[in-house]
Amino acid sequence: MININDKCIKDKILSVAPDAAFDEAAIFTVTVPAEQYHRLAHCLRYDADMRFDYLLCMTGMDWGDALGVVNLLESTTHDQSLFLKTAVTDRENPEIPSVADIWETAILNEREVFDYFGIRFTGHPDMRRIFLRNDWVGYPLRKDYNADEALNPVRLANEELIDTTTVYEAVAGGKTEAHTRTVFEEGEYVVNIGPQHPATHGVLHFRVSLEGETVKKVDVNCGYIHRGIEKMCESLTYPQALGYTDRLDYLGAHQNRHALCMCIEEALGLEIPDRVKVIRTIMDELQRLSSHLLFWSCLCMDLGALTAFFYGFRDREKVLNMMEETTGGRLIQSYNVIGGVMNDIHPDLIKRIKEFIKYLPPMLKEYRDVFTGNVIAQQRMKDIGVLAKEMAVAFGVTGPSGRASGWACDVRKRKPYAAYDKVQFKEAVRTEGDSFARYLVRIEEIEQSLYILEQLADNIPAGDYAVKTKPVIKLPEGRFFKSVEASRGEFGVYIESRGDKNPYRIKFRSPCLPLVDVVDTLARGGKIADLIAIGGTLDYVVPDIDR
Amino acid sequence: MDVKIKSMKYDDFKDNEALEQLRAAGTNIIMGSLDKLIDWGRSNSLWPLTFATSCCGIEYMAVGAARYDFSRFGFEVTRASPRQADFIMVAGTIVHKMAPVLKRLYDQMAEPKYVIAMGACAISGGPFKDSYHVVKGVDTIIPVDVYMPGCPPRPEALLYALMQLQRKVKVEKFFGGVNRKEKRTK
Repeated sequence: MININDKCIKDKILSVAPDAAFDEAAIFTVTVPAEQYHRLAHCLRYDADMRFDYLLCMTGMDWGDALGVVNLLESTTHDQSLFLKTAVTDRENPEIPSVADIWETAILNEREVFDYFGIRFTGHPDMRRIFLRNDWVGYPLRKDYNADEALNPVRLANEELIDTTTVYEAVAGGKTEAHTRTVFEEGEYVVNIGPQHPATHGVLHFRVSLEGETVKKVDVNCGYIHRGIEKMCESLTYPQALGYTDRLDYLGAHQNRHALCMCIEEALGLEIPDRVKVIRTIMDELQRLSSHLLFWSCLCMDLGALTAFFYGFRDREKVLNMMEETTGGRLIQSYNVIGGVMNDIHPDLIKRIKEFIKYLPPMLKEYRDVFTGNVIAQQRMKDIGVLAKEMAVAFGVTGPSGRASGWACDVRKRKPYAAYDKVQFKEAVRTEGDSFARYLVRIEEIEQSLYILEQLADNIPAGDYAVKTKPVIKLPEGRFFKSVEASRGEFGVYIESRGDKNPYRIKFRSPCLPLVDVVDTLARGGKIADLIAIGGTLDYVVPDIDR
Repeated sequence: MDVKIKSMKYDDFKDNEALEQLRAAGTNIIMGSLDKLIDWGRSNSLWPLTFATSCCGIEYMAVGAARYDFSRFGFEVTRASPRQADFIMVAGTIVHKMAPVLKRLYDQMAEPKYVIAMGACAISGGPFKDSYHVVKGVDTIIPVDVYMPGCPPRPEALLYALMQLQRKVKVEKFFGGVNRKEKRTK
């Protein structure tokens, strides 16, 4: 365990980046000029004392006078986190060195920053837009973005897909050269999967290059459900912004909202009653159950087992019933509010949870009988899409998919929040890293969620279900980050506040973006049919990717 | 907690002014009976396109599963190809990048075809109407037959919307009809 405030660490940083500035807030911040950014990033990643191998959240920023990025780094060996910040003042041609060669997850994240802010990353292998159309005018998350609809009307002409991309290379004398790189060669056999395809679980577009039946390359094209939530939040108050979190990953509605509520509460210094913490934990686990049951149903259906879909949905409806009684909503519940929950739990909730804990285990046995033990199912999943642990960390693949690769990344264990420090449960970790392991981890998590619910059902402390907050909530100036373990991985909220009643910048760290990022690595060299098994077991939700 | 749920009166359930107008028009007895037979068959075997963009899609799946089970009304044959589908349920937000794709899917469907706008986003942009990238209602792109409010609509609302579509199909005339009202004014 190292302490980042340690002088020797600071000296080390200063020796690589002499102009680095430090800010010892809640999370240690290092600000460097763009010229020293790449060198420092390399040092932070590979230095034995620091080893920041997990790029948790990359946020593009427009500070008005400067554009830049704020990276939240974490070390899986030393359990430390740090903000790495850099900025450039040139608004016409902003250029920042790319860190895509250090953290693989930066490839997609830097494309996102380019898309939103127009910051070009020198040395990045693929500088294309990712969410917006290629003919989009302007960079929407800049503060001076022109939202005139005449500039960007709804275009009904089909989008031209381009097979080339631009690479910006820094050359001597502070200049940049643009090169064209080919993504798909002329004569390469490219198949489109999506944006309208039942197996992509939403509107996701894969362009797959094939050699016979073998996958040579997968190019992900997102943005078919990009709603610009982050930009909209900037003009809303904090309680209003809560509403959008439910609609990011609707199968983790409670957990997403929980993250934003906790982030705001921590920034305000609000003390949350124990009762609220337990209620929130119960709701999070119910949500996880509903999500994993849906995962099971849909994966089986993708692999051709239609009966399983009906089994899974039958049991999922029971979870939805419980949630509906208390919150009033089946899918979008809007239950967490700043300082607590909307209303007290329904008197029957505990009774129903207890019934459900008895009900589900025999059903899980049935699941195993119909699907897990099935030879065809096993052959389609075992040794398919193997993800090594190092790759999982480098890509930031968290949640059940990361744990199937042997990375113990459960936020509930690493950074306990709500009532997770009071309950016992086993973190489901496997080492195989293949599709079957990802499947088994989720089945085990269903059992563990039941175990958590069992411990909490009779131990809900008395007290208020919410604390009073001011009618107008203003966050103090600063940077805040909070993450929770959502159904699919680490969901984080990054808020930069200037002391107003609305956030200056809010960024949602989506657990699903790394999941689609890794599809190319997993599917290469496999058969095209395996792509379905890989996508199914990664279990991404597309509106969470696109935000 | 006593919650009194007022259910919809059966007469209200059947009430739809637009359809009453269509029904008021008369028709030849033979042709009319043939039309009735065809419409009866068509309305009970409407095949939806498997199309969902976001949250509403999950409720759509739930309606397909055993508890709500829309196969009771003949909707269970969801088709992955627009060429084989009778109607498209726009379940979820449509954004700028998706708009041409939706238009293309609609164009690929064979006539007669119908559109249901499911949820606030499909109707007007809903909670995202201030966004720079959201289409403010799918009716700006394709014609909509049934609007279904909600965010997301409950499965019951979905079933109701599907039944409204069935009613609409049932008053259609392929062999032509006579407009009694216009005659009377002559």
